[in-house]
Formats: sequence, C-alpha cells, structure tokens
Amino acid sequence: MDATKPLIAPAPVSDKPQSWTLRVRQMIDRGLPIDHLLPDRQPYYVGSWVYVFGVVTIAALAWVIVSGVVLSFMGPQWWHDSGVGRFFNSLHYWSVQLFFIFMVLHLWGQYFMAGWRHGRAATWMIGVVIFGISILTAFTGYLSQQNFDAQFIALNAKDAMNGAGIGAFFNVLNFGQMYGLHVMLLPIGVTFLVVVHIVMVRMRGVVKPIDAEGTAR
Amino acid sequence: MNKSIAETQEEYYRGVRMVPYDLLKELVLALVGVGVLTVGLAVIFSSPDVPPVTIAAWAQNDPADFVTTATGELAGATTSAGYGNPYNTNGPGQAWGPIAPQKWFGTRIPIDSASTFVIQPLQRASLGNADLGTAVTAWQAAKPDQQTTWLDAYTKALAGATVKDGKVSVAAGDYGPLPVMMSSLLGVAQSGGLDGLLVINGRFYQTDYTQALVFMGDGGYLAGLAAQAKLTGSQWGMMNETGSYPGQTWLWLYTMWYQVFPFNSSSGMIGLNAGNADLGIIILMTVLTGALALVPLIPILRDIPRWLPIHRLIWRSYYASKRTTA
Repeated sequence: MDATKPLIAPAPVSDKPQSWTLRVRQMIDRGLPIDHLLPDRQPYYVGSWVYVFGVVTIAALAWVIVSGVVLSFMGPQWWHDSGVGRFFNSLHYWSVQLFFIFMVLHLWGQYFMAGWRHGRAATWMIGVVIFGISILTAFTGYLSQQNFDAQFIALNAKDAMNGAGIGAFFNVLNFGQMYGLHVMLLPIGVTFLVVVHIVMVRMRGVVKPIDAEGTAR
Repeated sequence: MNKSIAETQEEYYRGVRMVPYDLLKELVLALVGVGVLTVGLAVIFSSPDVPPVTIAAWAQNDPADFVTTATGELAGATTSAGYGNPYNTNGPGQAWGPIAPQKWFGTRIPIDSASTFVIQPLQRASLGNADLGTAVTAWQAAKPDQQTTWLDAYTKALAGATVKDGKVSVAAGDYGPLPVMMSSLLGVAQSGGLDGLLVINGRFYQTDYTQALVFMGDGGYLAGLAAQAKLTGSQWGMMNETGSYPGQTWLWLYTMWYQVFPFNSSSGMIGLNAGNADLGIIILMTVLTGALALVPLIPILRDIPRWLPIHRLIWRSYYASKRTTA
C-alpha cells in the first residue's frame, strides 16, 4: 500500500458544490468577508462628522431596545407606579427621541452625499423603510402609554386610520393590539432591517465623493 | 463569471488612499456617549405621564356634558352614531371619487351607539332597580316617533340644565322615562361602573378600550382637556404631547397637511377637502414616502445633491486635496 496516498479521496473541486452549507459559506465569504464586516481601514475621505450620524443612530437604537426590554418585562403598568419604572420609561422616551434625531440627520446626510450611487440604491430604500417602520413603532408606543396622551392620540388617530380603511384592521383604540405590535412585531422588523442595512453598507463599502464631473446617480 | 461584491469593493477602492479605522471602538464610544446623553436627559427631564381620563371623572366633573352626550347617543346625534365604517353603516365614510376604503372593508368593529353606550349598561344596572327596569322597558316599548318627541324635548331642556351635588336637573316637561334613565346612567358612570361595563363587555380579561374611548370622544370633556393641552388636530395635535415635551416631532409633515389648503377647507379642490382630509393626507403621505424611497430612480430629486454644494462641505478635505493635486 502506498503510504503517501490519502485513505479518503478528496472531493472533486467544483464551482457549485452540492453541500448547501458549503454554498452558503462560500456565498458569505464572497459577499461579506470578515475584513469587510469588521474593517480596520477606510478611505481617507471618510472624515466628516456626517458619518457619525449612522453609528449614533445604532447606539440610540441599542438603548431603545435595552430600556424597552426592561419595560416590557415588568409590564405596562409598572412605570406608572414606580420611580424606577418611571426612570426606565424616561430612558426609553429620550433614547427614542435621540434615535429619531440621529436617524433624520443620517438620512439628510446621505441625501446630500447621494449615498445611493454606485449600486447602493437598495441600501437607501431599506433605510427609508426603516424610517417608516420606526415611525409606526413609535406611534404604537405612544398609544401604549396608558395615559392621557395615549387616549387622545388614539382618538385623533382613529379618524385617519378609519378614513383610509386601515382602522378596520389596525384599531388604535385597542390597547392589546397596539401593545403587542409595539413590543414584538415592529421592533423585530426595525432590528432585522437595520441589520440588513448595515450588512449592505459593509458589503459595498462607503460611497465615493461626488466628483465635479461625475453624476449623483 | 460575475465578480463577487467583495472583489467589486476591492476594485471600487483601488487607488484610494486607505487610513486606519477602528469600527468597534467607534461603536463602543457611540454607545457610551449616547447612553450618557440619554441618562442625563432622563434624570433632568423625566417623561410625561398625565393620568388617563376615566368616564367616572367625566361624569363627576362635567355631568351636564355627560348626560347631553348620552342623550345624543340615544338620538343618534353623536359622532359615533353617524360615523360609518368600521363601527356602523350610519355614515358614508370618507371617499375620494371611487376610492372609498372606509366603505370597502365593512363594519368590522360594530358599535350601535344607543345600545352600546346607554341601553345595555342600563339593562345591566337595572338588576335590583325596579324603577330603572320599568323606565328602560317603557323606552324600548315606545314607538320611534314618541322616542323622538321625548328626546327633542329633553335635549332642548338640557341646554338650560343645572347641576347640583353632581345631579343634573332640567325644567319640568314631558320627557317620558328619559330623566330616570339618564339619572341612573349618570350615577353608574360617577361610581366608575360604566368604565368597567364598557371595557369588560362580557369577558374577564380585556385589553380593548374601543367602546369606552369612542364614548368619551363623543363628549366634550375629553376634547376640552385635549384642547387645553394643545393636542387637537387643528393644533398639530398628533405630534404634540402634554407638558413641554417634544412629542412625535417626526410626524410634522403628516400633521402639517391638516393645517393647509385644501385639507383645511370645506370646499377644497379636485374633490379633496376637510371632509375627506384623513383619506387624502394618508394617500399623499404614502405617495411622498414612496417617492423618498425611490429618490435614487427619480430624475431631479436624485440630481439635487450634485447641484447643491453641501457635499463639498461634507467632503471638503477630499475636494481640497483634489484642487492641490490639480
């Protein structure tokens, strides 16, 4: 027996392996190698404060989620009766305010940089969808407060929802429905799309400056 | 074979000077910085929490408005009584030409204002109250014309009603069983019973406050408090909140449309006016949101960043180095 021969023959090399696992791994390796996901170098033109708005938006979202998890674990009544609960509600409230301020600044920054150029249109579009779902999430949060604001915002909003036919399925006067959407489905939607948005940014990298002779497309 | 996105990125940056960068350090600093800012704002400003209004508080603080509203429910004269879908079919609902989604989806959250807010609660309260039971039976046995006559007379009398010790009195007249019914409903409401009756609705666990809120919305008490807090629609209400807090400022564009033509006009234009403003504004905002998402594909909108020199401020070091090189 030839000792130099391997006991198991190597698998035939193919561009398209049969293994689903291998295919997914190769797809990830090709689309998002680790040095693109966690880069230690960036183009020298990435030096403006405008670039900070994206990461601080993510940081604010992290605080929204942490404070929201505590509030949802303790139940919707807790923060009305407890000083600690009120503090966590305040954390949630102000982190949401900051999240929106940073997100709008990020959006305007990306608009004036025409951040959708060179194959990044889908990243922009997903960002706008995140903005829309975030507004819906905050809106259901205001409706879930169980206080005077929640009451009157609900009464005000019902006419808009009903007039557009949405109210037949999305009843802003139904606390249970609004609370469920606010603490579960909508945050999952925002978080998932933010992850997709970040992955798309890391896959393609930061867009180049608009050249005088270039196009904003 | 197509290039992978990773190869494309290498190619995209070819010739571009790369500088050291620490993504995780930036993220941690952002988390800490935003965390400190959030805690600071929470400690200094707390958050708004004005207690909710109850039907009991309404009936105690403004019994005349409560009784007037309840009488209006019986007369079919309140907002909810003539609302239309999704609560009932008593109103046409909002439409813009053939676009009438309020009508399309039918009565999915049924509310019969007279029955839901007055008759059913009184029937429950009449257990053990023979006088009330007799009054409700008399009301239900009366012909519609007779009911209308009593309601018209009682409604007119309520305009000059007096309130003493939480009870509403009107001038003497022929109001049928209405004074007994309304006095009882007011008593049930003042005790907090109506809050429970409109929420529990035959179940123990309940999270749906539709009936109680719609009933309070028909009255003037809650709306008056909201006007004081600058929460009504004509006051950009949806984005405001009680106190001096910022509210949902991100809804400014949506609430702005309610303040401008044609949505604040009774005549309006191209079929859009104050009467169908909700539908018109939702359609408009849907179109605008779609346009924002599709900016990369829309000429002029996608070219504005190139025309405006703001990008030259953002990348000023890049353009400065280009000028130097040139």
